[in-house]
Amino acid sequence: MSALTRSVVLAVPLLLSSSLALAQAQQVIPAQSEIGFTSKQMGVPVDGKFRKWDAQISFDPKKPEAGSVSFRIDTGSAGFGSPETDAEVPKAAWFNAAKFPQATFQSSSMKALGGGKFEVAGKLTIKGNVKDVVVPVTLAQAGGVTTATGAFAIKRLDFKIGEGEWADTSMVANDVQVKFKLAVTGVAPL
Amino acid sequence: MNTTATPSTRSRYTGVAIGFHWLLALMIIVSFSVGWYMSDLSMSPTRLKLFNWHKWAGITILALSALRLVWRLTHRPPPDVPGPRWQQRMAHLTHWALYALFFLVPLAGWAYSSAAGFPVVWFGVLPLPDFVSADKALAEVMKERHEVLAWTLGVLVLLHIGAALKHHFFDRDGLIHRMRPGR
Repeated sequence: MSALTRSVVLAVPLLLSSSLALAQAQQVIPAQSEIGFTSKQMGVPVDGKFRKWDAQISFDPKKPEAGSVSFRIDTGSAGFGSPETDAEVPKAAWFNAAKFPQATFQSSSMKALGGGKFEVAGKLTIKGNVKDVVVPVTLAQAGGVTTATGAFAIKRLDFKIGEGEWADTSMVANDVQVKFKLAVTGVAPL
Repeated sequence: MNTTATPSTRSRYTGVAIGFHWLLALMIIVSFSVGWYMSDLSMSPTRLKLFNWHKWAGITILALSALRLVWRLTHRPPPDVPGPRWQQRMAHLTHWALYALFFLVPLAGWAYSSAAGFPVVWFGVLPLPDFVSADKALAEVMKERHEVLAWTLGVLVLLHIGAALKHHFFDRDGLIHRMRPGR
């Protein structure tokens, strides 16, 4: 076998395996993921969670700038664990789930900050209102699963969440902390 | 000033005891009424406000009742007025039951709030610990316990008021003067 043939023979499986890794679909593991938020009601921190959402992720740690992530969140699926509060959430003054059944996030850029930390910029759309957000993300890998965690603050009134009598920020604070934990398979090693 | 060594020869409660009595009586009656009214409201900023004020008042009642109990244990009240033994026993029993409920009612309410996922933040500034974790089933149980205990307190308060009025209008024994504000 000539030197050229040998190098081709050796190279092909390498090329195949790396392209396979990239072509492998990145899947979110719903059971190990969650999107939650904390709001303050008259000084009392109240935790909520979105129970229905999905995410599309395409991410290569070696080329983060080429990556993208998008979310679709069922606005009627917000739960606080309290029946009276949960019944309020889909109403017109809050998420108006009937008219705006989904909140979305679409990334526009991703940047590596080093040490497993990344910055994802994108557009957050809730109740027909669009805002640019920058989300800090920390990645950790173990056993083939990549866990992305992060938190960022939004102002609920920017999205008209809590209108009319609920616009009073002494009742429900304007600042809402959004926290997420996504377990993803199929991500190449960091 | 310490009167625990011998039975009190005073005919009235101390000024401090009288102060605690009327302040807490007012707070308990108002908190009970607000609690009763607010539980039927549908979700609104008003409901949110009333629930929080009710909780702040409840914690305040709990704290003041602790101070009141310390005072009571260190300052003997006036001796019983002459009368049938069973009535004197009933009075003591009712008073101690009231003291127990001054603690049980707000503690049950606090547990209900924690179990429902709403930590108690006193006056919106001092976060209090959750002695139980958020648990829907437990919240249902504590809600009922809080309501039952509150209603028991209400019934005993009515009994207490009724007995005081009986002493004043029927027995005419001047009993209620021991708790009258002022000198």
